[in-house]
Amino acid sequence: MTETSETTPAGEVVNASETAALQFPFLSKVFVDGAPAPAPVIGERKGMWGSGSGSSDTSGFNNMTRQVCLGGEVNVPFGGWFDAVANRMAELVPHFAHRVTVWRDKITFHVVSDKLVELCKALRDDEELRFEVCVGMNGVHYPNDVDAELHAVYMLLSYTHNRRICLEASCPEADPHIPSVTSVYPMVNYHEREAYDMFGIVFDGHPGLTRILMPDDWAGHPQRKDYPLGGVPIEYKGAVVPPVNERRSYQQ
Amino acid sequence: MTDTVGFSADQDLFAVPGEPAIDQAYLAQGGDWKEIIESQRERADEIIVVNMGPVHPSTHGVMRLVIEMDGETVVSLRPAIGYLHTGIEKSAEFRTWTQGSTFATRMNYVSGIHNEAVFSLAVDELLGITDRMPRRATQLRVLAMETNRIASHLTAVGANCLELGATSPQEVGLRERERLLEFTEAWTGLRMNNAYIRPGGVQNDLPTDGIELLDELIKQMKINIPEIAGFMLDNPIFKLRTQNVGVMDLSTCMMLGATGPVLRAAGYPWDLRKAQPYLGYEHYDFEVCYEKSCDAYARFKIRCDEMMQSIRIVEQVRDELVESAGEPYRIQDPELEWPSDLTVGADGQGNSNEHIKHIMGESMEALIHHFKKVTQGFHVPAGQVYTAIEGPSGELGMHLVSDGGTRPYRMHMRDPGFHHIQTLPIMSEGAMLSDVFMALASLDPVMGGVDR
Repeated sequence: MTETSETTPAGEVVNASETAALQFPFLSKVFVDGAPAPAPVIGERKGMWGSGSGSSDTSGFNNMTRQVCLGGEVNVPFGGWFDAVANRMAELVPHFAHRVTVWRDKITFHVVSDKLVELCKALRDDEELRFEVCVGMNGVHYPNDVDAELHAVYMLLSYTHNRRICLEASCPEADPHIPSVTSVYPMVNYHEREAYDMFGIVFDGHPGLTRILMPDDWAGHPQRKDYPLGGVPIEYKGAVVPPVNERRSYQQ
Repeated sequence: MTDTVGFSADQDLFAVPGEPAIDQAYLAQGGDWKEIIESQRERADEIIVVNMGPVHPSTHGVMRLVIEMDGETVVSLRPAIGYLHTGIEKSAEFRTWTQGSTFATRMNYVSGIHNEAVFSLAVDELLGITDRMPRRATQLRVLAMETNRIASHLTAVGANCLELGATSPQEVGLRERERLLEFTEAWTGLRMNNAYIRPGGVQNDLPTDGIELLDELIKQMKINIPEIAGFMLDNPIFKLRTQNVGVMDLSTCMMLGATGPVLRAAGYPWDLRKAQPYLGYEHYDFEVCYEKSCDAYARFKIRCDEMMQSIRIVEQVRDELVESAGEPYRIQDPELEWPSDLTVGADGQGNSNEHIKHIMGESMEALIHHFKKVTQGFHVPAGQVYTAIEGPSGELGMHLVSDGGTRPYRMHMRDPGFHHIQTLPIMSEGAMLSDVFMALASLDPVMGGVDR
C-alpha cells in the first residue's frame, strides 16, 4: 500500500509499482481511463463547531472551510492479496473501475455501472476469485457528488479464499438506474428492494422491485439526506416542544 | 350464503363502501362451519389465499405472510415485512457516535449486545484504534457477547418449542434467560437495550462482586441449559415436526447467502469467530457446531450445542478477567474515551462520586472537556468500512460511513434476520402450513432487526 522499493537479484532497484506491473500485468487495465478518477468531495466543513451552530461560532475560525473526501484513495499497486484479485478482475473484465479505495485494510472498487453484472458474474464464477456470496448491499446518498449522488455498496464474501471485497456503483439522482445483480446473486433481492425503498435507486432487471419497509403508497425515500427526520410538535399546557428535526441538538 | 352468517352473497366484508364484491367473505362466529363447508363443497379444489399476520403469535413479532394454499399445502408464500420499521438508521445520523450504540442495540433487541459490538467494532476500525484496545475491554466485550448469545439462543429455542405448543421448554428458556439478564443488569445497569459496548471500549467495569455473580451464573447454566436439549431432542413429536422440515441444503444456502446456524445445519462449519477472528476469539478454545441434516431439527440442535460452547468461552474469559482486574476497560485516549467514570451503585447506574467531585469542584478544564465530549462527541476520520461478526442467527454486518464529523454519515445494519426471511418461500413452498412456522422459527428472525 505504501511506496516501497526492493532490490532484484541482478542488483537493480525497482519500486513496488514496477514489481507489481511485472507480476500482475492486468493491473494497468483496472481503471476506465488508465488512472483513478479524482475522489468526489462529499461535503464541506466550516469553522470549529460544525455548520449546525451557524453564527454562534465565536472561535475565530468560522471562515475556515475544509473539503471532505472519503479516505483511502489508492493507485496500483494495492498491496497484499488485493493485487492478485484486482489483476484477475481486470483480466476478465477490463477497465471496470473508476477508482479504488483501500481503507483500514479493506478494499472497495468503485465500478462502472454498466459492467457491474458482468463483473459480479466473473467474481462469482472464476476459480481464482470465487466470491460466492454477496452478503449485503447498502445505499448511501452523497448530495454533493454531482451526477453520482446515489451510491450502492455491495459486500462480497469468498468462502473459498476467506476474503471480502466491496463494490460500489453510483448513479445520478436525476436518472437513478443501476443494473440489478439478482441474476448473479439472488440473495441480494431484499437488499436491493430496501435500497430502492430508502433511496429511490431503480435496479433494472430486479424481479419485483417494490417497497419493502415503508408502506406501498409512501411518497419519498426516507434515507436521502434531503428527506427530513420528521416528527410532530408536542403541546403540553400551552408550551410547545418542537418536532425533533427542528431541535437544536438534532441539527447537523 | 345464507343469513345465518350475517352476509348476503353480494356483500364483501372487506370491501370499502361502494366497492363491488370480489368474492364471498365469511364471518364465522361459531357453530356455522358445517354450513359454510357444505355450501362451498364444489369449490374445494380452488387455491385459497391465507393472510397470516401481521399480528400472529407464530410470526415472531409483526410479520405478515401471504400464503396461497391448495388444501393444507403451501403453493406460494410471500413474506411482507416493515411493520416495525422505525428508521433507526436515519435517527442515528443525527446523534453522536457514542449514542449510536444506543440505537444499534434496539435493532435486534434479543441479541442487542451483538449489535452494539458490531457497531462499536466498525467505529473502532474507522478510528484505527482496533489494535490499541486494552485487553480488559476486549475481554468484557467477549463476555457480554457470549452471555448475550446464550440469552438469544434461549429465546430462539424456547419460542421454537412454544410454536409447537410445548410450553415447558419455553419456561425453562425464559427462566434461564432471566438469570442471564439479571447478571447483565447487575453488571451494566440494564436488562436489555444496554448500550454497554461502545466505541473505544465498554461503558463500565464489572462490579466488585462481578466474578462471584459470574461464577454462580456459570454454575447454574451448566446445570440448567442442557435441560432444554434433554426435553426436546429425543422427543418423537418434536422430531416428527422438525426433521425434514424447512430443508435447505448447502447449495441452496450458498444461492441465498444463508449464514449462521442455517448454514452450519447444512454441514458447513463456517463461523466468523473462527474464520475471520475478531476480539481475540482465536485465543479461546471452543468448537464450531454443525449438523448435516439441513432441516429445522439440525438448526435447533446447533443452537443447543452452541450455548454449551458459549459457556466454555465464558469460563475462559472469567479466568482472564480475574487476571486483568483493575486494568483499564476502555481506550486510554482523552480524545475518544467517555469523560466520566460510570459505576453501578446501590441507587442505580451513574457517575462515580470522585468524578463529580473532580469536574464540579477541582478542575474547570475537566468540566469543559466533559461537556464537550458528552454533547458534541469525538470526530471520526472520513471513510467507510464494512465489519462483520458472528451474530446468534448469522452474519451481523455493519456498513458505516463517516464524513469526518461527530455523527455517522450513514449507518446500515446487515441483519441476518432480514437476509434470512428471503429463504422462507424456498423452505415452505410445497410443504404443509404447519411446517411454515417451524421453518420460520428455525431462522430465528427478530423483527426489530429485520425492519430496523
